[in-house]
Amino acid sequence: MIFPFVWRILPGPAWLRVLLIIVLIAAIVAVLFQWVYPWFSVTFDIQDQNVEAVP
Amino acid sequence: MTASVEVPTEPDAPRRRRAGLGTRLVSLVGELLIIAGAVIGLYVVWQLFYTDVIAGKEQEHVLETLDWAYTDPIVAQAQDEDHGPEVIPVGARMPPETAPVMEEPAFTTTFATFYVPRWGTDYVKPISEGVTRTEVLDVLGIGHYPGTGMPGAYGNFAISAHRTTYAKPFNRIAELEKDDALVVQTEEAWYVYRVTDHLIVYPTQVEVIAPKPGDLDAAPDGYYITLTTCHPMYSAAERYVVHGELEYWAPTGIGVPPEILEEIPQP
Repeated sequence: MIFPFVWRILPGPAWLRVLLIIVLIAAIVAVLFQWVYPWFSVTFDIQDQNVEAVP
Repeated sequence: MTASVEVPTEPDAPRRRRAGLGTRLVSLVGELLIIAGAVIGLYVVWQLFYTDVIAGKEQEHVLETLDWAYTDPIVAQAQDEDHGPEVIPVGARMPPETAPVMEEPAFTTTFATFYVPRWGTDYVKPISEGVTRTEVLDVLGIGHYPGTGMPGAYGNFAISAHRTTYAKPFNRIAELEKDDALVVQTEEAWYVYRVTDHLIVYPTQVEVIAPKPGDLDAAPDGYYITLTTCHPMYSAAERYVVHGELEYWAPTGIGVPPEILEEIPQP
């Protein structure tokens, strides 16, 4: 479904498609690391947070 | 499946077209689950490793911008004993009562550096104003609780940092022992604190950073430092707290406190 579809729409011979897929995955991971995960971590606060009430 | 798509031979072609809705739905769900698994797995990689890399770089960069901060104890150790940095003479050690106390700086301003020989002579981390995650703790490292005392203050200089992830400045807090040195440098002065005790509390027990630690209503009665971080590791259910008291202070420019050069065997 998704994976065969991606494979089909990519141009060029097999080695070029593999290369493009690697670049695509790297780009997705970069976006996740740079923006999505930091946003998620702070928004849903699943890790530590300080008690803001300071005496 | 890929093969049948790629090489549409005569007998395969019609069969592919006849793939039922159920089959297609199942393979779509399967693929989505694979993607979800990869995204969640990558989140763990990001949280445990990548945040260390990014925050570590940022904190090093902040240290470099502080031209007054002493940042090379490790170099001193690499050299010969006699060629190390100059050490503050005993006579220049001033009692806590005369300690200069700086004004509380603006939010996110880095105003001090922190040295803990127990964590290695190369341990130097910046201390910045504020304890929010996005602006301070996730980026700049150690944060100072706004409203608590500044270094050298009659009261409680309270700071906080991550124990895991984001370059984990307080990672080894549990290794601190009584009388270990906690050294703070500001632009004007060195402050040498000594660990007195540690405790584990719930996050709501904010009295640990009160001017007199442990009592929200009491007036200050000493020159305290308080380190707070998460406990247990990789959790935020409790807080690990270390208290210390100011032993002496000294102006900058005449050398470094011998405490920060002390080589303590690392585990």
